[in-house]
Amino acid sequence: MVTQSRSFPPSQVEPSDASPEVIASSALDLIGNTPLVDVSVLSPNPRVRILAKLEGNNPAGSVKDRIALSMIEEAEKDGRLKPGSILIEPSSGNTGIAMAMICCLKGYTIKIVMPGNVTPERRQMLEVFGAEIIESPASQGSNGAVKMAHKIAAENPDWVFLYQYANPANPKAHMEGTGPEIWRDCPEITHFLAGLGTSGTLIGVGTFLKQMNPNIQVWAVEPPSGEMVDGLRNLDDGYIPPIFTDNNGFDLLDRKKVIGPKESIEVTRRMVREAGIFAGISSGAIMAAAIKCAAEIQEGVIVTIVCDGGWKYLSTGAYTDDIDEVTERAKKVIYF
Amino acid sequence: MAAVDVRIPTIMRPHTGGQSKVSSTGETVGDVITDLVTQFPGIAGQIVTPEGELHRFVNVYLNDDDVRYIGKLEAPLKDGDSITILPAVAGGAV
Repeated sequence: MVTQSRSFPPSQVEPSDASPEVIASSALDLIGNTPLVDVSVLSPNPRVRILAKLEGNNPAGSVKDRIALSMIEEAEKDGRLKPGSILIEPSSGNTGIAMAMICCLKGYTIKIVMPGNVTPERRQMLEVFGAEIIESPASQGSNGAVKMAHKIAAENPDWVFLYQYANPANPKAHMEGTGPEIWRDCPEITHFLAGLGTSGTLIGVGTFLKQMNPNIQVWAVEPPSGEMVDGLRNLDDGYIPPIFTDNNGFDLLDRKKVIGPKESIEVTRRMVREAGIFAGISSGAIMAAAIKCAAEIQEGVIVTIVCDGGWKYLSTGAYTDDIDEVTERAKKVIYF
Repeated sequence: MAAVDVRIPTIMRPHTGGQSKVSSTGETVGDVITDLVTQFPGIAGQIVTPEGELHRFVNVYLNDDDVRYIGKLEAPLKDGDSITILPAVAGGAV
């Protein structure tokens, strides 16, 4: 016997005048308005709720759909992008995939500079959407991809380099989209936690939420860089995203935590088993920090970002293999 | 005085004889950094600038907290704490 937990008897399903409005006119119209789900089952403190915003529900599969659309449409408005334009962008995965999907629909050519040691699924996703992949040295991680993209962009001045790390349309997408959505769905929020990559999510959402309620705390979660920093020759090869410094990131943040690979993977597994959320591993790092935050504060409502689903990380074995072996492999493959 | 472990990033290991973890003592994070410079003079100027500020491209973590947000060099220590020095890099699923 088949049972359904949720069904609509025929008598209750009637054609609605609203149908034309609920049918999106293209995949691009499905970007944003992601769901917020209560995952307090993971909270160690009964007086602290934890909510997760599921950005993996965006059509190209991650939070980066928002900034990719924002950057591309902004560049179309100001004339940098024209029919037939070629774009170049450094990305370890999600931004590249999001931009490739949008470029595919809009008819632009895109080249993604990507470290050689990302998971194979990310390369495959880029290929699905027709992007060209330019490999940067694996040992230099994302820093190496950023450097190489700058060099190639300088050599090809007719290519369009939207540069997610410094493009104001990146935090703007979160200031005008993600932030207001969180405030609309959960005005009780006391803490917002997100990962620190370009810093666009933290700056955009954090700035918006603090305008609405200055008491809301904004915590950054640093992805564990592991041995990926081996490629640095000296400290001045270090990198702080211009978005962070241009928007007074040091003043905006209330805390910043680093979470190690093992703990990130452990919490990613708990999210699947205890909350039914199949997330990527950087989202496990953010959730691990949220759990620590919940243990530390008296009471509150924490909102975290689930950046993407777990699909692109299945080949790492992160969800099922021996955790020590997976953690060891994280030193060589970019999981985050 | 608290006894703490300090994790040294690859980039600074030439100055610590290749050691990835060293021991130190101090009341605050700043005390430990002063002690490190005494133990390993080669790292002078790499963590803290001559003006006494944390180097722009270095993040110092006390357990899992970036010290910039929990009292900077004045952040107090207790026995068994772990300090991690990490260079600032572009990371995340970007």
